Amino acid sequence: MNKKLEPIVQALQKEFDAQLEEFRDEVHLFIVPERLVAALTVLRDKHHFELLSTLSAVDYWPQENPRFHVIYQLTSVSKNLLLQLRVPVSGTAPVLPTVTGVYQNANWRERELWDMFGIKCEGHPDLRRILMPYDWQGHPLRKDYPLGYEEPQFTFNFDEIDLRKPYAKE
Amino acid sequence: MPELQEVTVDDLKHLVSDRAIKGETMLLNMGPQHPSTHGVLRLLLELDGEIVLNCIPDVGYLHTGVEKNMEAKTYQKAEVMTDRLDYMNNMGNNLSYVMAVEKLVDLDVPPRAQALRVILTELQRIASHLVWLGTSALDLAAMSMFLYCFREREDILDIFELVSGQRMMTTYFRPGGVWRDVPVEFEAAVRNFIKIFPKRIDEYEALLTKNPLFMDRTLGIGKLSGEDALQYGATGPILRASGVNWDLRKNRPYTGYEQYDFEIPVRTEGDVYARYLVRVEEMRQALRIVEQALDKLPMGPVRSDNRKFVPPPRSEIGVSMEALIHHFKLWTEGFPAPKASIYSAVESPRGELGVYLEGDGGPKPYRVHWRTPSFDNMQVMPIMVKGLLVADLVAVIGSVDIVLGDIDR
Repeated sequence: MNKKLEPIVQALQKEFDAQLEEFRDEVHLFIVPERLVAALTVLRDKHHFELLSTLSAVDYWPQENPRFHVIYQLTSVSKNLLLQLRVPVSGTAPVLPTVTGVYQNANWRERELWDMFGIKCEGHPDLRRILMPYDWQGHPLRKDYPLGYEEPQFTFNFDEIDLRKPYAKE
Repeated sequence: MPELQEVTVDDLKHLVSDRAIKGETMLLNMGPQHPSTHGVLRLLLELDGEIVLNCIPDVGYLHTGVEKNMEAKTYQKAEVMTDRLDYMNNMGNNLSYVMAVEKLVDLDVPPRAQALRVILTELQRIASHLVWLGTSALDLAAMSMFLYCFREREDILDIFELVSGQRMMTTYFRPGGVWRDVPVEFEAAVRNFIKIFPKRIDEYEALLTKNPLFMDRTLGIGKLSGEDALQYGATGPILRASGVNWDLRKNRPYTGYEQYDFEIPVRTEGDVYARYLVRVEEMRQALRIVEQALDKLPMGPVRSDNRKFVPPPRSEIGVSMEALIHHFKLWTEGFPAPKASIYSAVESPRGELGVYLEGDGGPKPYRVHWRTPSFDNMQVMPIMVKGLLVADLVAVIGSVDIVLGDIDR
């Protein structure tokens, strides 16, 4: 682990009961959803993590509790450090507090989180779908969502499938 | 099939002011088909006469589900999708992806491949900035710039065709090295470009930098402070034009950038003109890197000889049983990656291009997430355009240098 990162990690472990995990010099801290906003505020104001590089999630379906890990990839521009917060979220009621108050660019990233994974961010100012059409059903990046293939039409079932196809007809 | 829902004014009420609901200000759609939105971007503008009060971007028209699709392909096969993300930065996308894979499976890359990667990504940076320069000048009615810029971009695309057989969707970098060594004509082609290009940048600058019409349209337009830029996640030339010296090539060197001598242009004004100056200077610096890397280009292999991850050359397959087995295993099954996750980022022409890659022990990625720079750079645009004229909005969109394939993924 980076020498400059050690005191920050220790402080977070003590203050927020964070669990540490390391892989190839990358630091992942597991934290509970209730303390997420407080931890990010401390990281931004006290430890100079000015930039939220990315925010996304991983779906571990069929595991239900926790089903998702939500990832907050933080960058400290002034100290040149990287840190990843991971927040386990249950699959039965995937709800998180919004972090748009701490990092403004979480706005679109949280909309993407809702769109792709169906994880709701409570208190978000504008929680709509962002990439998929607004009337889309389901959340595509979930593991139980099929990739989706077109049904092959043969001569014997051409008309039957054609009736179900969603393109404009006369 | 479910019934289509209609978006009503109620759905957008929280985004626009009360004056718009009462009909005092006008709501106007710009795009998705509009020549100066640089792709299929829709902006919902709230206008008071010619003045932009609010700008609500609507993205997603180019969503292709790359992240989902990559989960269904092996690590090697998923790479071809990376070219299609940011179609102005194909080499850079390849680089970020192969670096992520190499970090995940812990694979070494020979020095010659590293140097080739640097040369080609820097050429790609120049090509991307040329497209930006041409199109954003075109938005400001400088028609001839577009023709000049595309003339030089053509030279770079010819070099790409020389090395990879493709002008744009190159997929030239592979996990463990590059696809194959460059042909003998490569060096002469790049040297020729290095010779002509500085004069061409001078030509562009002669046309624009002190041009009073251009300065009128750009100076003081679309101001952004460094704190706002960071708070909204903006990276790349936008951040550096706002006075924050942050470039991953310098701050977190990768692929051997620490060996080369180059400078990071930083301006403090944070307006459209500053972004123009930063990008033009970046082209000069990129050319310096290309020249140094070409001078120092070491000889040797261009692919790792770790046969568990990198397929053997064709010549070995005919004579070695081992090689045949490796070839067969790698192209049917793929290579396994550990059950772990990494985040790897490179500096693309637009900013921090990051890949979050998670393996599950099998040959396919469990999750790939792209931290694309345009996505966050687009979010910061609405705060830059408030209070400007509609014509200035066009200048600001040009200066943000968005690529819709990069936003929508």
